[in-house]
Amino acid sequence: MTTMTYREAVRSALSEALRRDPRVFVMGEDVGRYGGAFAVSHGLLEEFGPERIRDTPLMESTFVGAGIGAALNGMRPIVEIMTINFSMLAMDQVLNNAATLRYMSGGQLSVPVVVRMATGGGRQMAAQHSHSLEGWYAHIPGISVLVPATVADARGMLLAALEEPDPVFIMEHATLYPMEGEVDEGSGACDIRKAAVRREGQHVSLITYGACLWKALAAAERLAEKGVEAEVIDLRVLRPLDSETILASVRKTRGAVIVEEAWRTGGFAAEVSAQIMENAFDVLDWPVQRVCGVEVPAPYAKHMEDASLPQVEDIVEVVEANLV
Amino acid sequence: MTARTTRSSSAAKKQHYLDLLRQMLLIRRFEERSSDVYQVGKIRGFLHLYIGEEGVAVGAMQTLTPEDAIVSTYREHGHALARGMPANELMAELYGKATGCSKGRGGSMHFFDAERRFYGGYAIVGGGLPIAVGLALADKLMGRKRVTACFFGDGAVAEGEFHESLNLAKLWNLPVLFVCENNLYAMGTALAVSHSVTDLASKAQAYGVPSQAIDGMDVLAIEAATSEAAARVRASDGPEMLEMRTYRFRGHSLADPELYRTKEEVERWKEHDPIPAFIQKLRDLQLLGDPDLEQIEASVKQEVEAAVAFAEASPWEPLEDLTKDVTAS
Repeated sequence: MTTMTYREAVRSALSEALRRDPRVFVMGEDVGRYGGAFAVSHGLLEEFGPERIRDTPLMESTFVGAGIGAALNGMRPIVEIMTINFSMLAMDQVLNNAATLRYMSGGQLSVPVVVRMATGGGRQMAAQHSHSLEGWYAHIPGISVLVPATVADARGMLLAALEEPDPVFIMEHATLYPMEGEVDEGSGACDIRKAAVRREGQHVSLITYGACLWKALAAAERLAEKGVEAEVIDLRVLRPLDSETILASVRKTRGAVIVEEAWRTGGFAAEVSAQIMENAFDVLDWPVQRVCGVEVPAPYAKHMEDASLPQVEDIVEVVEANLV
Repeated sequence: MTARTTRSSSAAKKQHYLDLLRQMLLIRRFEERSSDVYQVGKIRGFLHLYIGEEGVAVGAMQTLTPEDAIVSTYREHGHALARGMPANELMAELYGKATGCSKGRGGSMHFFDAERRFYGGYAIVGGGLPIAVGLALADKLMGRKRVTACFFGDGAVAEGEFHESLNLAKLWNLPVLFVCENNLYAMGTALAVSHSVTDLASKAQAYGVPSQAIDGMDVLAIEAATSEAAARVRASDGPEMLEMRTYRFRGHSLADPELYRTKEEVERWKEHDPIPAFIQKLRDLQLLGDPDLEQIEASVKQEVEAAVAFAEASPWEPLEDLTKDVTAS
């Protein structure tokens, strides 16, 4: 096992893929000469050259569309979008083309494109760089949506995404890039269908993904000090959603709190909540709870941004208020 | 040159011209028939007819090889037929039948044929251009000498993706032949209401993409310009754009009451109908006699009627396949 950062884990997957598959290339804004806005692709231009590490102009819609076109024509493009807020400029290509072409062509076409982007708040980047819109992507049939929370998943999920015959979107929470973790560098693709139980417990299920996993684990630690054993579920994959792991946990704990940075109204937590109601209503001791982002555009000032995002104490409070 | 080769090359030329005429007539009669079928409710959704613009698809498609790729729009019946997609499968697609070129999943706006490298009709205006750029990027990275022909309308030129795609295609020297079908209206919005500069070909030059405007009602001019441009694109790996100045004689779709243009304007353009104009030209060259034309019309009619019969007799996709092919697994 090697210790590396989340950023280095993504980079190690990128360079491994570039080394072993000539169909793989990377394109996006500032991925080459700048080394990536989050320094993920730092050094790749020097190793693989400008044909395979392609700096694009600022044209999210067109370079995502070009990724789709190249994937249709035999390549394995890895497209980087700087942040999920910027990806809104590419939503036409995502929704109307990437997600539809296999179905609309009666199964003739395959779009094996991988699109990576940074998501989430907590870095005082204000309201055009900080949102968590992965739930919007998860609404779309025809694509996969991956939300790696651990260093091992940051590497293994990207390698797995490259083996998929359909479009895969990977949302990397921007606060995770400097986080260190253990990785087996010999490990290849990991599973991208299942949620993971990151901590076992029998009193409540904390269901979350991305950077909120670490807040949920910290909350579970605090709850344990008070004798409450929380089970922590890392969804890992928002589409296709692993409902079985969620339901198995809730059937055991009989209570659920869903934690995500996205806004409450119509967020992904609402989908998880609905699935629990539909399939495990009879086992619940108390109503499903959500700890979500406050419904404001992300504020810049630190105290305001902190208050707008789910925090460890919010999770602890919700559990304590309901688990009497 | 011997008398024999002269005779055979002039016979080949005649055959080629008659073939162009037949392809244009096939598109015209196919669409007229599909319009009839639409009126009796057997085709639903949108039906965007290409009538008046047939010379563009037929002229432009001649130089493309089976290895080249096509990206089209929601007004794509002509491109598909000119590419050689069987009329049976296209009519069946309009009917929504399982034997359609997209199994009835796409309808009029979304024809696909992976084998003929027809990468589909894109109904979000401008949305096909980035796809074409990506197809060409893959060819370039793989070292394949192929052309991607990308058809789009004057409306798409107002979209950001037009400007982004031309910029990127030139920046990376990708083998895309951009074919703009300027029929003067983006749905019901006239060119001058959409564009501060109405000379669309000139816009390509802002990105360093060579371009020219062509009489889009003259199939031979279109064929010549496209052959030359495609050869340069293939040789140099750089994009070019052709603006085909054309006109659609029917409404934007069959739902269009055509409040935005006069009948007189349409009638004036019909005087430039590419099919009668080409027939007259062939008669003047003594390459077309009445028996030739009758024979072509009869064979086209037979092909279209066979397509209707095929579509009528074809099965629907079974309901249990509703969620099939959303993803591969």
